[in-house]
Order: sequence, then structure tokens, then C-alpha cells
Amino acid sequence: MSHAAQIVDDRAASTGSLSGAEEPAGHPHGVRATARIRATYNGRATTLPQLRSDGPFHLRRMRTDGNSAKVGIIGAMSAPLGGDRLTIDVTVEDRALLEVTTAAATLALRGPTAAPATYDVRLTAGEHAGLRWLPRPLISAADSNLRQTCHVELASTARLLLREEQILGRANEDPGHLVSRLLVHRAGRPLLDQQTAYGNPEPGWDGPARLHGHRAVGQLLLVDPKMGTRHDPVLLRTGSRDGCAVLTPLADGRALLATAVAPTSSVLRELLDEALAHALRG
Amino acid sequence: MSRAALLLLADGRFPAGGHAHSGGVEAAVAHGAVHDTESLEAFCLGRLHTTGLTMAGLAAAAAAGHDPLLLDDAADARTPVPALRAVARRLGRQMMRAARATFPSEDLELLAAERPRGAHQPLVLGLAARAAGLTALDAAYATAYENVSGPATAAVRLLSLDPLDASGLLARLSPDMDAVATAAARAADRVTTEGVDALPSASSPLLDIIGEQHAAWTVRLFAS
Repeated sequence: MSHAAQIVDDRAASTGSLSGAEEPAGHPHGVRATARIRATYNGRATTLPQLRSDGPFHLRRMRTDGNSAKVGIIGAMSAPLGGDRLTIDVTVEDRALLEVTTAAATLALRGPTAAPATYDVRLTAGEHAGLRWLPRPLISAADSNLRQTCHVELASTARLLLREEQILGRANEDPGHLVSRLLVHRAGRPLLDQQTAYGNPEPGWDGPARLHGHRAVGQLLLVDPKMGTRHDPVLLRTGSRDGCAVLTPLADGRALLATAVAPTSSVLRELLDEALAHALRG
Repeated sequence: MSRAALLLLADGRFPAGGHAHSGGVEAAVAHGAVHDTESLEAFCLGRLHTTGLTMAGLAAAAAAGHDPLLLDDAADARTPVPALRAVARRLGRQMMRAARATFPSEDLELLAAERPRGAHQPLVLGLAARAAGLTALDAAYATAYENVSGPATAAVRLLSLDPLDASGLLARLSPDMDAVATAAARAADRVTTEGVDALPSASSPLLDIIGEQHAAWTVRLFAS
């Protein structure tokens, strides 16, 4: 098999199946951890009947005003390292409102093996539920190897605000190999399905059709069934060197996606914040 | 099957309207990102392994006989910006006209009736390949090839490059086209058991952004 064929096939095998049926074996020394959050609505407010910390994920209930709940994920150890298999499973039941954040950026490092680590986020939101998934960026450090998936299942009336930021390399270093898939279903139908792959040995990953020298990439997804269906695309900065973004409606309507590329994490955040302000203005 | 039918489908002169589109190259040239043969080759390589793989998967799945309406939804989910969805459907409509004239089939008629404003182009190509007796892998090849030959041809016009250099880079990309077409056909095989989520969704955020920017230009040589 040619080099290119090997890469394409590996990539398909690594994040192609989100069902968990064909999970790789992982590394014997890697960490295996599954953290779980379950939010329910008791008729007055959101409660958290399940808050299960595991491995590197220490979950902390945070104070909120109003009837929503908020959970902070605090890194209890350095992860993901090569060979780790990490999962976060979040369920927001009907009418519950939950926000999840992380206390620090997630840093993917090489670890004891060059084998890929897996980091799977599964988000489920029921009818009239609201979920805000707003982690800090994921940093792909040199020589790391990470397969990340974010699989979201939304009921038809669920609301979602999701932000994903990927920083390719710490300051002035090459990134590791980062393959990331974002798959969102609404009422069982695909709403958004995107896989990105950066770092060696991905063909053309830094070329003019892909990163073109940028080192920060991010998306912000807003799903709201009460949103008007008529939205014109918004272009945020149109140069390409200093970072740029678009805010566009998805085909299914009542969902907006901001896509941004930038030279640095701070410019990326500015672009996504600007996009969010546009989105909320409606 | 007729191998000649594959040549016809992949031929840039097949009247399916592809010549009016640059596959993002016009915007990349305006940004200075593509300016010579080397940067064009890097562009084509990156496009092939992202959009190219995703479109080839859709074409292969349609050629394999999977439900084109489910695939059309899957194509929408893989195309987050409206400018590129509109382009895919416009090209699909033009491909449909050519396909009905060359490889008429009931599948094409049904899809044309269900999506009068056009289905995503790779699905129409996949159904035309199926009608011509071609395989899923053949459809994936035609799509992968078109994904790089279109931008390369457009760049020759935009930058006055030597057409021989453009052909040379396409030849150098052959192993990558093999890899992409093969992976796309394998993924299409898995649709029966895993559903459309088994298809590749490789994407390039930058291509989405510049695709939407390009659509807002008032003066342009190519439609996309």
C-alpha cells in the first residue's frame, strides 16, 4: 500500500466509526477513563444526579444564578498522552440546562508511546434541553498523536452552543498529528459532519488549501429551534494572513456555524467571540 | 461495464458545467496563496485529501446504490457554507441534464423529480456511473480526478501557467488519487452496515471560508 493510501485508511479507521464497535485496543500503559455528567430538570431547576470524575477529569459543580447547572472539568493529571483512551459522556435530559467548561487548555502530548490517544466526547440533549459546551482550546504539542471525536445527539427542540478550538503546536513548534471529527445529529438526522486532520503525515495539511500557515482553527455551533430561518452569511475579516472567519446557516436551518482560522489562539478567540455576537443578534 | 464510459464521465469536455468553476483556486490566487506550479500542487493535494475524499465517498455510495436522498442530506451536513452548497447543487443540476442524455436511468429520473433544483453533484455522477454499469470505485475515481483537474485547469488560466506543468502535477498526484478513490469506495462499502456516518467527512475550514468570501465578490472569472 502506498504511503498516501496508508494515511487515508488509518484516518478512516480511527474516527470513521463513532459507534464504539471497532475501538482500537489502546496502549497497555495508557489511561482509560470515562467521566459522566447527567443533568435533569426537577420541575424547578436543573440538578446533577450523576457527576462521575475519572482519570484526568475531575468534575466540579459550579455556582450559577438561575435554574441552570454548571460543571467545570479540572485536569487531574496530564492527558491525553499517547495510548490513552478518554471519554466524556454528557447527558442533558428533557428541559434541563447545563453548561460545561474546562479550567485549562487540554494539552495533547506524546507520552510513553507514539500510539494515538483517543478522546471521545459524547453529548446528548433531550427535548427543550439546553447545553453549552465551552471547553478551553485543545493544544496539539509536537510529536503528540490524538484522535478526537465529538458526537452530539440533539432532540428536535434541544438547544446547543458548542465551541471547539484547536491550537497546532505550542509557541513556535510543529504540531503533533491531530485528527478530529465533529458529528452532530438532530432528531436522528445528520446536521453537521466534519473531520479535520493536521500535522505530519497528513498530505498538504499546511498548504494553501488547508491551514496556509495558520496555527489556530475553531468552530462555534449554535443550534436553536426558535431561531429565525433566514440568515445571511457574515464574513469576518477577509484577508487570509491575519485570520478570517465566516458565520453561516447550516442546510437544516435554525443552526449557525462559525468557522475560523487564525495565526494565534487569541485572534481565533476574538473571531469566534465576534461571530457569536453576530449570531445572538440574529 | 464499459471502461470507455468512465473516460466520458471524467472528461473535462463532458457538458456538465465544471469548466466554469475553479474549486477555490480563484480565491486562493487572490489571497496570494496559489501563485506558481508548486503552490498549485500543494493546493490540489490539500483539496484532494479533504473535499475530494468526501465527495468521492458520496459518489461511490450513490454508485453502490445507496439511497440518494439520504446521501443528499449527508452531503448537506458535510457542506456547512451555503455558497458551496449552492455550487454543489447547481453543478448537480447541470450534471443531471448531461447524465439523463447520456446514461438515462430510472434512478436519475427519480432523483431529478425529488430534487428539481439539483442534488449534490457527486451523487448525480454516482448514479450516472451506476447507469453506465460502472463500479463505486470508478465513480470515486472520476470524482477524485475532477477534484484536482478542475482547479489545475482553472489555475492555468488565472496565472497563465504552462499547461504542461499542470499536467505534470496531476500525474504526480496519481498515487494520492488512487488512495483517495480506494478509501472512498471502502467507506461506501460500510454504509450498508453503519449508515451514512461511515462516509468520509474530511473538510478544510479554510476552503469553506474562502468559498463563502468568493461568492461575495462582484467581479470574478469563475462561478466558484
